[in-house]
This record gives sequence, structure tokens and C-alpha cells, in this order.
Amino acid sequence: MSQTILQLQNIEKSFDGTPVLRGISLDAAAGEFITLLGSSGCGKTTTLRIIAGLECPDAGRVLLEGRDVTGTPPEKRDVNTVFQNYALFPHMTVAANIGYSLKLRRRPNEEIAKAVAQALELVQLTGYENRMPAQLSGGQKQRVAIARALVNRPRVLLLDEPLGALDLQLRRQMQLELKALQQQLGITFIYITHDQEEALTMSDRIAVMRDGQFVQIGTPAQVYDEPRTSFVARFVGSANILQGTVVAAEGGLVAARVAGCPVCARAGQTEFLPGQPIALALRSEQVDFAPEGSGIPAVVKEKSFAGGMLRIALELPDGSRLVVSRHGIDQSLAPGQKLCVRWAPEAAVPVEVDD
Amino acid sequence: MPSRKNTRRTPLTSRWMGLTLVPLYLFTLVLVLGPLVYMLVLSFETRADVWGVIPQFTWANYKNIFQPVYLNTFVQSLKLALLCTGLILLIGYPFGYFIARLSPRGKKFMTAALMIPFWTNSLIRLYGWIIVLRSGGTLDKVLMALHLTQRPLKLLYTYPAVVVGMVYALLQFMILAVYSSAEKMDWSLVEAARDLGASPAQAFFTVTLKLTMPGLLSGVILTFIPSMGLFFIADILGGNKVVLVGSLIQDQLLQAHNWPFAAALSVVLMLLTSLMIGLYKRVTHTTRLEGLL
Repeated sequence: MSQTILQLQNIEKSFDGTPVLRGISLDAAAGEFITLLGSSGCGKTTTLRIIAGLECPDAGRVLLEGRDVTGTPPEKRDVNTVFQNYALFPHMTVAANIGYSLKLRRRPNEEIAKAVAQALELVQLTGYENRMPAQLSGGQKQRVAIARALVNRPRVLLLDEPLGALDLQLRRQMQLELKALQQQLGITFIYITHDQEEALTMSDRIAVMRDGQFVQIGTPAQVYDEPRTSFVARFVGSANILQGTVVAAEGGLVAARVAGCPVCARAGQTEFLPGQPIALALRSEQVDFAPEGSGIPAVVKEKSFAGGMLRIALELPDGSRLVVSRHGIDQSLAPGQKLCVRWAPEAAVPVEVDD
Repeated sequence: MPSRKNTRRTPLTSRWMGLTLVPLYLFTLVLVLGPLVYMLVLSFETRADVWGVIPQFTWANYKNIFQPVYLNTFVQSLKLALLCTGLILLIGYPFGYFIARLSPRGKKFMTAALMIPFWTNSLIRLYGWIIVLRSGGTLDKVLMALHLTQRPLKLLYTYPAVVVGMVYALLQFMILAVYSSAEKMDWSLVEAARDLGASPAQAFFTVTLKLTMPGLLSGVILTFIPSMGLFFIADILGGNKVVLVGSLIQDQLLQAHNWPFAAALSVVLMLLTSLMIGLYKRVTHTTRLEGLL
């Protein structure tokens, strides 16, 4: 791993006695794209504000390039933010907005104009210099906000749900553009979102946040394929969580009993003892239908079609729910129908139950 | 005007609403426009020797204003108004700014605390100042009790006393104007400025001040204009030592019975006022004065 740019060490923060961050730590490498993923109120924005210097932590330290900046005001940090509501200065033109930080540094006008033109080119808004923010669309405002934050080439760029207000199509396009921009500039991005798909698409690493803590930090593949806890499994991949009992563990696999039926799962590094309870995360698309008499029997409860996927909710013999998804529309299934399901042993991942 | 929007729904109610507006038009015509026109006409008429006016056109009243003694009054009034407005700006701007940053409950409390004293007649409040400022008054007692002064000061009937009274009487307009502007401000813009490298002072001057400028200018107008004409404050707290345009108009009207000249003075004062509002309109591109409740 290359050089560490940003370090958060055991950051704690409370507002009016309510803890918002409960000791979070994170190391970000130069040029890394890290996403803080979590639902609203989990402390993502507070984390970002602490990195930016807009908020001071109650405990813990923020290191920027190895230097303790915990008490440093925002203007003295080599960090810039793209705010959720864009926060463009309404009384300044696009060019003045982007050139604002350079003007504060008393750079010569030609240099500012050049940097502004470059930044506008970067976000594909050349020719918009003299517009006022009120004359821009949401997507254009977003681009100006990004250009303004990037014009100084900060070491770290903080983005607080930057695409939250855009429609889906524009969102997808901007995701790709942002990622390309980040790779081109080699700036560390700390990106906030509550959209797991966005996190999986863009990030080098994802930090899944819940109740002011990082539940899991890892690459998208790690977080998606090896969720550490049931919360991560549900939040990142909307996985099924099945409760069962361990029967035996051997050779990297664990045999368990779920809803009275024998099932297999991968064991990973964890030690399992027979009789111990176990929770398995299982993605809906990895559940197969089995011939009658094999696997686990189930009853179709309901089905729905959304986003090109058919989602079938099944009920297992012990009353627990299992969601199965399939591409396309399958007409053959009807509520009340009985069938059998199974899955490949490596599809089921044992997780810690935390929700 | 929300009531007008509603009336557009059906033509019938709209016609009725139109009729109900007639008294308002009459009121405006008779009590606002009428006197205004009369004053304008009066300002070009000739003063009668003993009482009243002669309907004879003359520029004399306006020329009269340029006599050093009257011109000086205008200059003194402008000076005092500038001084008071400046002081009010220095006190009122931060005041309004900080109210806007309070919690919703704090805002309610502070705006109520600002408004309630103004339910009392302004003359009565002015007499309150006499009690505070007069020789051996409240202020003197406090200062002497604190051993800051040995003997009663002569505070009442001085220029500073007039300034204090003016500032006191007009401060709320500035506070409310600035507050109403600052209240609408998006504070994340200040954070954005800080994030982009602005010190607190730079963020204030490049963002906050610019965005609260309509309130500030509106506050300046709402205090500058009255402070030219609030003659009773100058009379009561200044003891005839400070003569303002307002006092001059009053004297010309009631003492000297020179109605045409008083009218001419009023017209000029009104022109100055319109000029300022025109400037405000130029700068802020609106006619609505911020904070005018």
C-alpha cells in the first residue's frame, strides 16, 4: 500500500450528550477512493466534517500526512469539501466561485483565470464562466462544486452525498466521471453515500458505518462477498440471514441445520463447534431451485418484479423468510406453490448477528 | 398579496373584492395623495403677511433653503443622521446577525424582547432617558456609586444625549432588517468559504456581508431617513441646542407660521428620501425593504 495521507484515530463525538461517533479509526492511502457507507444518522457526515475541520472531535486525532491537524481550522487544512447542497456562493459567477480559493491566496488574475478554465474543462463546463449559480441545473451546480473543490488540488477531497439530488441516469453518469476524475488526478477521495450500489461501483475500499462505528472496512469484493456481520450482509447486498445450528465443521466447510434441514456453508477462518448457533448470509441470486425431495422445502408467499429482477419471497418450514431473485419473468411460480431450494456451500457465509 | 391571488379564482368574487378596495383607494386618495399634492402646491405659494398663504407662484421658498442658516441646518441634520446611522450600523448589525444564529426559541425571545418596548409610546420612553441622563439621574448615581465619577455629570441637553436618544429610537429597525436578511442566509456557505481557505474575517467580508447587504442597506435607509426628521428627540434631549430639519419644519409651521417654507423643506426632505430609496433599488434590484414589518 502506498503512503498514508489521512488517519483517523479513535474519533469520538457527541452532540448534546448523544454519542454520534463512538471511536472510529481509518487510514486512507494516497489516491485511494474510500466510501463511507451507511444509512442517515449513522455519523457519516460528522466524520467528514471532522476531517474538514468544521467540527472538532471530543476525543481522538486527525492526522493529515502524518501531521496532527485535530485542532487546525478548516482554512489551514489541505482538504476540500463538496457539500451535499453544493453550497455555491449565490452572489458570485461560476468563475468567481471556482476561483474563490485562489483569490484568497492572492494569486495573479491570469493564473486564476487559467486555473478556473482548467477546472471547468475537467468537469466539462467550459464556457459557463459568467453564469450565476441560479442559472444552472442541479447537475451543473454539482460540477461547479466539484471544480471549486478541486481547483486547489487538495490532498484529500471530501464528498458528502454529492450525487444525492440528481436523477438516476445523471447519477450513473456522474459516478463514472467522478471515478475517472479521481484516477486522473490521484487525489484521495472520502465519499459519503447511503447507496450501496454507488459504493460498490466507485470505491477502492468501503467503510460500512452504523451507529457511529465502522462495522467493516474492506474492498467492495470483501464487503460484498465476506460480510462480517448480518448488518453488512443486509445493507450491502440485501442478503438473507438464516439462523441455524452447527452440526460439524471440516475442511473449510461447516455443516449446519437450518429449518430442520441439513445445509452447508463456507467456514472461512472461524472455528465452529457442533451445537453452536450460526447465522448464514445468503444472497437472493445465489439460491437455486432444487428437484423435489432434495434441499429445503419452501412455500411461495409472494413475488414481485422490479428492475429486471423477479423477487420471490419463500417461507421455510420454521417460518423464516427467504428471498430468491431471478432474471426475467417466471410465470410458472404462484403463491402457495411448494418447491425446494438449495445453494452451493460457498454461497452461504457465516456472519456475526448485530441487527 | 395573497388575497388578490385568491380572488382570481372566480370573476364574481373578484368583482366584489374590487368593490371592497374602493374605501382603501378613497383613503389613500384623500389622506395620502391629497395632502401630498397640497404640500407640493403650498411650497410654491407665497406667505401672507399675517396669517395663511396667498395663491401666488414663487420659487422663493426653495431659494430660502439655501440661506446659510437653513442650509446649515440641513448639513447639521445630515451629519447627525450619518453619525447615528453609523453607530446604529455598528451596534445593530452584529446584534441582528447573532439573533439569526440563535435557536428558534432564542430568536422568538429576542425578537419579542425587541418589539415589546416599542408598544410604549416613544415620548414616554424618551422621558425615561431624561430620568437616566439628567444631572443626578440614574446614570450619575450608578457612576458615582462605582466611584467612577465624583460629581454629577452634565449629560442631558447635550449633543451626545441626542445621539443616544436617536440610536435608541432607531436601533430596532437596523437589527430587524439585518436579522431578516441573515435569517435567510445559508450558513453552509460560510463553512464552504472556510473550507476553501477563508479565515473567519475573510469569510465574513466575502460571503456573509455580501449576502446580508440588502438587510444592511435597508436598515441604513430605515434609520437614516427618520434620523433626519425626529425633531422631538433633538428637542427633548438636546434642549433646543441641536436643530434638525425636522425641528426646522416644525418651527416654521407652528411658530413662524411660514407654511410655504415648511412645505418646501418637507418636499426637499422627501426628495432626499426618494433618492436614497432609488439608490437602494439600484444596488439590491428590489423595492422591498428588508425587515420592514
